Amino acid sequence: MKKPAFHSFLMIAMLLAVAPQALLAAPASATASPAHHAAKAASAAPQVPASAAPQAPRFRFENFTTANGLPDNHVYSVLVDGDRIWAGTDNGLALYENGKWKVYTTKDGLAHRAVLSLALDKRTGDVWAGTMGGLSRISGGHIDTFTQLSSGLSNDVVYGVSVDGEDVWIATAAGACRLNLHTNQWSLYNERNTPMNEIWVYAVNATPSKVYYAVWGSGVLEYDQKTGRWDKYDDPDGENEMVLFKDQGLIHEIVTSVSYVDNILWVATYFGDSRYDGRYWHNFLTKDSGLPSNFTNTVKGIDGKRAWFGTDKGLAYYDGANWAVYRPSLTTGKPEMTVRDAQGKVTPVAVTTAPAHNYVLGIDFQGSDIWVATAKGLSHGIRQP
Amino acid sequence: MKGTEVSWRNPSVIRTVAVAGLALLAAAFFAVALWTGRPVHADQGNAAAEQLDYASPLEVLLSPDGARLYVLCQQSGDIRVLDASTYAVIKTIAVGRLPRGFSLSADGKRLFVTNSWDDTLSVIDTGTLAVVDTWPVGAEPSSVVEDRAGKRLFVANRISGDIAVLDAATGAEEKRLLGGRGSSYLTLSPDGARIYGTHIYPNPSPFRTPPQSEITVIDTARAVVIDRIPLHFVAGVFHLAISADGRLGAVAEYHPKNLVPLAHLEHGGAFADTLTLFGADVGKPVEIPLDELERYAAQPFGVAIAADKSRLYVTCGGSEMVTVIDLPRLLRYVHAHPKPFAEDLSASSNYVIARIAVGHNPRGLVISPDGRRLFVANRLEDTISAIDTRTNRVASTIALAGPKTVSLLRHGEQTFYTARQSFQGQIGCASCHIDSTLDGLNWDLEPDGFGRDIVDNRLLEDLRGTEPFKWNGGNPDLPTECGPRTEKYFWRAENYPPLTLADLVVYVRSIPARPNRWRLPGRELTPAQERGRALFVRSVDKFGNPIPEGNRCAYCHSGPKGTSQKSFDVGTRKATDGSAMLDTPQLTNIALTAPYLHDGSAATLEEIWTLFNPDDKHGRTNDLTKDELNDLIEYLRTR
Repeated sequence: MKKPAFHSFLMIAMLLAVAPQALLAAPASATASPAHHAAKAASAAPQVPASAAPQAPRFRFENFTTANGLPDNHVYSVLVDGDRIWAGTDNGLALYENGKWKVYTTKDGLAHRAVLSLALDKRTGDVWAGTMGGLSRISGGHIDTFTQLSSGLSNDVVYGVSVDGEDVWIATAAGACRLNLHTNQWSLYNERNTPMNEIWVYAVNATPSKVYYAVWGSGVLEYDQKTGRWDKYDDPDGENEMVLFKDQGLIHEIVTSVSYVDNILWVATYFGDSRYDGRYWHNFLTKDSGLPSNFTNTVKGIDGKRAWFGTDKGLAYYDGANWAVYRPSLTTGKPEMTVRDAQGKVTPVAVTTAPAHNYVLGIDFQGSDIWVATAKGLSHGIRQP
Repeated sequence: MKGTEVSWRNPSVIRTVAVAGLALLAAAFFAVALWTGRPVHADQGNAAAEQLDYASPLEVLLSPDGARLYVLCQQSGDIRVLDASTYAVIKTIAVGRLPRGFSLSADGKRLFVTNSWDDTLSVIDTGTLAVVDTWPVGAEPSSVVEDRAGKRLFVANRISGDIAVLDAATGAEEKRLLGGRGSSYLTLSPDGARIYGTHIYPNPSPFRTPPQSEITVIDTARAVVIDRIPLHFVAGVFHLAISADGRLGAVAEYHPKNLVPLAHLEHGGAFADTLTLFGADVGKPVEIPLDELERYAAQPFGVAIAADKSRLYVTCGGSEMVTVIDLPRLLRYVHAHPKPFAEDLSASSNYVIARIAVGHNPRGLVISPDGRRLFVANRLEDTISAIDTRTNRVASTIALAGPKTVSLLRHGEQTFYTARQSFQGQIGCASCHIDSTLDGLNWDLEPDGFGRDIVDNRLLEDLRGTEPFKWNGGNPDLPTECGPRTEKYFWRAENYPPLTLADLVVYVRSIPARPNRWRLPGRELTPAQERGRALFVRSVDKFGNPIPEGNRCAYCHSGPKGTSQKSFDVGTRKATDGSAMLDTPQLTNIALTAPYLHDGSAATLEEIWTLFNPDDKHGRTNDLTKDELNDLIEYLRTR
């Protein structure tokens, strides 16, 4: 049985997710106070020069906003395609190429102005854009679109998209989908044919072996490409915020993002994050890790050991032992970087740049550089020696 | 029983008998007409059913040294290898069913052939002239090219609308690139850096807007699509040629005028037959007309550019000729006329210098390495025209081995493809039924006012048992559909000779259904298709309510062809439609026939029910979930 109160919470959370400006209207310190206190402590400590800081990647952030070509500051998603950067914004899909932005809008055939998710078909170079009004494919500069009325797509609110081989895997507000590009067959996955309690599917990561779906209020859904079987990972504590036994299982049912790399599953939720190696779960909370906030929008693993997290209070990096946080200070707004070692010691690092905003919605890598989609701009983190 | 009594005084019985008698007389006349008076029909017996083993040469190419002429023979399913000097046959190599495209490998040692009905690629060793490999490819492969490095093959698949990238050594498919709808023809640029793809059906565009097509530009080294050159107002794009210096591209295409009534044929209102030029020589792409008043260039197909860029040749399948263009004059004209002139019938006289009559339905062409000869495949005549390029005359006509008589069927097919029957030779059946299929367009056919009774083009495959014809069911049989209707409303010309009409009907009735690509071998259904079939035949909705018989899918779409051959009101009438009663269309290869509904207003199968069935008049479907509707569509695709 579903709990009405839980549903109400989901509704609020959805509004926050798709309209981060609503969240931004509230004081940022209203949630996740432990991290906030840690940040305050870090801010108060003397900053060490970068050369003397603990080992953590350092970046010079260049930020893009409407002032320098972005069609909108609300950037939901970012995708790196070689030298080209795609940014899904609240007002169109932007392509950064040769130092210039080109913007695709609904006039060009884009399904909707709000581009929530992006995926690259590495084989063909085609880009898939999940929007608030359907799924668009950008191929050779031409856009074609799939909607719930014109195609087999289950719902027009496309939160997530991922491509593996000839299959496009899609996460929508009403279930999961797979489009086979050879047969044009749509397969829909929902509560009738998978162990999915909620059909509100928020993100997807497809790989040749496994496909993972982040399901709001229904944990993580796993599809085994070899056997064609579905499995499910839930929070052993059920639909609440209690953590009775740490590392007992998935940290929370409200899952926002999944990333599967080197046989390791990284999971982001609004109440902490998880890492799963196929046998053991390891969870991350602000109280016992360097995570700046439990409220995590996105996670992207570099490998089985290292991952990046996008929270409502900054961008975080985890290398398997140490954490680094990059953000404008929660109190002063000035650029800030802190490093937390395995023993919990937090060291501030002197920096002059930070991501455009603390509300991080998307992450992608360009070599050793990082691109970050935030609620108020797109940031390019240029790796410093 | 009163109901079974027959009274010869009853006027209705008299009428019935009279009608039956007239029908018998007409049938007898028709039969006699078929049996007598056709001196070209040498074979005896059941003439209507005869299937002679014609070659039907579709494409030609020359070996790099010009010594061999390879001829792709569509109907006999083989490649004829001829001595290019003596035209003697060196060998005939059997390939798959309905081969459609071929090309030589970069080193000339292999000849690749796409077999459009087998979904395979035949690999021929040009040394031994034997098939050494047969590789599975996508749905309805239509052309193939190899990159200069000999590493990759690119295959255009017509049904799946994509371009497959294969390992040239093993045939293993690496990936598929999105092509245009009906992706069919590929051309490698002279420097090998680009591959240009074309497609025979227009890409989807909003209802009653000009058709849109594209030239798909592929970076050969990366094997990705890097550009799509838009072709506005174009539906039906065929061969493309690039000049030897790489500065000029030219593609043969149809420019249909389907937004205005076809009744305006006498005003040049059906098609412009055009080329689009692109590349450095012209700057922006420019569309140029091939037509001239009363000298239309119907169904342009093959294009070749002379190595010295002096001439450009276009085969015109419906006009049975090769159009010869003086390229320098054309480029001067293009530069002097920056405004669009694609429909200007006075333009082509400035650059078309010859129109060379060849055989029936000329298609592929190739220029000899020395530039002196142009070979043209006359598909429906089983000949190759060898044209002297200095005189622009046919120097010789090479007859391919095969039947020397013209069967009823072949005569019917010639009639289907020729534009001779129409006013000023503007169009033929095949102008809209490309390769005997459809064109993906909706048309304003009748002289009932602008924008009235828009109709979607329908597939001609496997028509037996699908009568009547027309969306309003107004034509009871093919002789009526192809005869008075076509002559009066389409051709705007004098009637067919009776036997020509009879042969045309024989041909149209003989067009087979292409193999269904969604059906598993053995005809079993996938789980999704099986679920969809259950919905198709169901009599009770999901709430347990009985579905009235007339509102079940399988009631109107009954029988092996999926039609009860009756008309119904399914709630799709538009304000511009005269009647709500519509003929039930057959479901044969329905997956291939987008757009849908009588007027083509449903862009996809899904839209039939998501947009155009609000009151459940087109079957009870509004109780279905989205995944169930998807299942229903998966089943329909198997029909």
